[in-house]
Amino acid sequence: MSGISSKRVRSLLRKEWLQVRRDPFTLRLIIALPIMQLLLFGYAINTNPKHLPTGLLAAEPSKYERTIVAGLQNTGYYDIKTLRSEQEAEKGLAQGDYLFVVNIPPNFDRSVDRGESPSVLIDADATDPTAIGYATAALGGLANVLNRDLPPIRRVQPSTPAFQFIVHSRYNPEQLSVLNIVPGLICVVLTMSTLFLTTLSITRERERGTMENLMAMPVRPIEIMLAKIAPYILIGYIQVIVILAVSAAVFRLPVHGSVIVLLLALGLFIASNLALGLTFSTVASNQMQATQMAQFALMPSILMSGFFAPFAGMPVWAQYVGEALPTTHAIRIVRGLLLKGNAPTDILPDLWPIAVFTVLVVGVGAWLYRETLD
Amino acid sequence: MNDATIDVHGLSKSFGARRVVDNLSLRVAEREVCGFLGANGSGKTTTLRMLCGLLKPDAGSGTCLGLDIVRDAASIRRQVGYMTQRFSYYEDLTVAENLELVAGVYEMPEARAAVRDIIMRMELGSYAEELAGNLSGVWKQRLALAACVLHRPKLLLLDEPTAGVDAKARREFWDLIHDLAVEGLTVLVSTHYMDKAERCNRIVYLANGRIMVEGDALDVARQSGLITYDGIGEDIEDIAQRIRAMPGVEAAGVFRRAVHVAGIDRAQLERAIGAFTQLQWREVEPRIEDVFIHELSAKDRQEAVR
Ligand SMILES: Nc1ncnc2c1ncn2[C@@H]1O[C@H](COP(=O)(O)OP(=O)(O)O)[C@@H](O)[C@H]1O
Ligand SMILES: [Mg+2]
Repeated sequence: MSGISSKRVRSLLRKEWLQVRRDPFTLRLIIALPIMQLLLFGYAINTNPKHLPTGLLAAEPSKYERTIVAGLQNTGYYDIKTLRSEQEAEKGLAQGDYLFVVNIPPNFDRSVDRGESPSVLIDADATDPTAIGYATAALGGLANVLNRDLPPIRRVQPSTPAFQFIVHSRYNPEQLSVLNIVPGLICVVLTMSTLFLTTLSITRERERGTMENLMAMPVRPIEIMLAKIAPYILIGYIQVIVILAVSAAVFRLPVHGSVIVLLLALGLFIASNLALGLTFSTVASNQMQATQMAQFALMPSILMSGFFAPFAGMPVWAQYVGEALPTTHAIRIVRGLLLKGNAPTDILPDLWPIAVFTVLVVGVGAWLYRETLD
Repeated sequence: MNDATIDVHGLSKSFGARRVVDNLSLRVAEREVCGFLGANGSGKTTTLRMLCGLLKPDAGSGTCLGLDIVRDAASIRRQVGYMTQRFSYYEDLTVAENLELVAGVYEMPEARAAVRDIIMRMELGSYAEELAGNLSGVWKQRLALAACVLHRPKLLLLDEPTAGVDAKARREFWDLIHDLAVEGLTVLVSTHYMDKAERCNRIVYLANGRIMVEGDALDVARQSGLITYDGIGEDIEDIAQRIRAMPGVEAAGVFRRAVHVAGIDRAQLERAIGAFTQLQWREVEPRIEDVFIHELSAKDRQEAVR
């Protein structure tokens, strides 16, 4: 069979473009959906996640540190792992591996014994304030956790606390929930529109009978697919820009990282959705089925991606499901780039899962696609 | 080298347990207009789809334009114009846009000129900028025909092209088809309008996925051995109803303001019409639809016995 013909693809692209332009529903969906969602989800969703990943950075081995760590663990909010270096802590926080880093200062034991009431600094990833709210509140209950371990001489003068926690909210110091919503919203709206529109696109042709005609002409499946996804990539980008513009204007969303990197990364994410949509489209026999499939994929993308509820608060099995979804990684990338000002290399750990997902789905789709009507 | 444009043998196709096309063999010569007839569900569409590579036959093989229908489906598509039974162009594109899409997909050089020519030829000029969805059935069909001859195919497969349009439009449509055949196209056209079967060089009649009758349209009628009478007079609708129930009458209907009856047994049929002396009866040539009705009722009787 011959290769892809640019002339055929151009003709098909023109057709798709004319159709998208003439469909008032699609146009409304492109602009209205993101704005509506932004306002709807603008209200924070209150949740109480536990077992949040926490890094521990201690200057030297210390006996009081062990008690504090045990105390933190007992609250149920903190799952603690010891870190070796500042860089590790910084990187872990930037990439979302840790929501907290607990810093035990040098000479901690001696300071406590001398009654200097030293500070334990906790760096918190505040991009998702609802995720860390309860955990930081629980710190209050740990003020006297060291009292039993103190030397007798210090125990009799409880006027000064043995130590104090200082929480340092990183990335989103005002803890504005809506800022946390925006990255998730970008990804969820993109999933909704691109996944739904492509899922419907081929099924619609099949239902209207136009697919039979298209297949009777010398068109290759890959050409049909290429022409179908191109307009939706454009639509996806328009939506990203609408959301960013509204968020910047209404909620004063900061943009710390590179917008170019953001758009490139989102391009891959859009491609993953389009691939999934087209695959559903080849399987579904009518638009009803296609819509249901898209919904089936959309639910976990909303519920298990860290958009609706903090990722760390989900049961382990749901976290595994979440890790498999492009939306989860896309949200992390967008959060990282917008709110944390991450460098392009910081997003790599979340970029490759999306790429793998896309390649797998395209493979399945091509395998399922039939060139005949059987 | 094979001079038949379509030459297939033993084609079979089942959907699930149902055999929709059963051991079908068909030859259509170059420049022939072949009528493909049969009731709804007899397997016409399925056969046409197999011929242009849209369905893979379960059994059988053959060639279209000298190309293998399974192996060379892609090459066949470039040289065949297939008009689907259901209108299958884009209703949200204009007539011209639909045609331009087709021209582009077939990678036609001078696409614009070709589109302009076909619009002229099919007299679609005043609708060129109209959305296809706003066209009436007649003009939709015209657009579909224009689109499937645009790339100058050698073979046209038309699936019920005149379904649902009035008699005048049907006649014009057939005139166009004959013009195309004169210019060198081979046409296989499925239809259930029997009155147009005379306009085919050859007819193939399909029932339940099998070919029942095949041959020159007029010969088929003559060789059937059917006796047919027309009766004119008053109350023909009512008489047609009553005479249909009489022994020896296989078909009765009103056709061109006459009661038209057909039967295989001359004595019985003449006895039946003898009961209606108020009409003036006259023996006529059997028509093709008489043959089909006869074949069908013979088939029904067989099924009833089984
Ligand atoms: N894709 C399909 N799946 C299942 N059954 C089908 C399919 N296509 C056609 N049929 C069945 O095959 C029979 C023959 O259909 P068709 O070839 O369309 O007949 P015709 O065109 O003569 O009306 C019909 O009963 C139809 O329901
Ligand atoms: Mg049919």
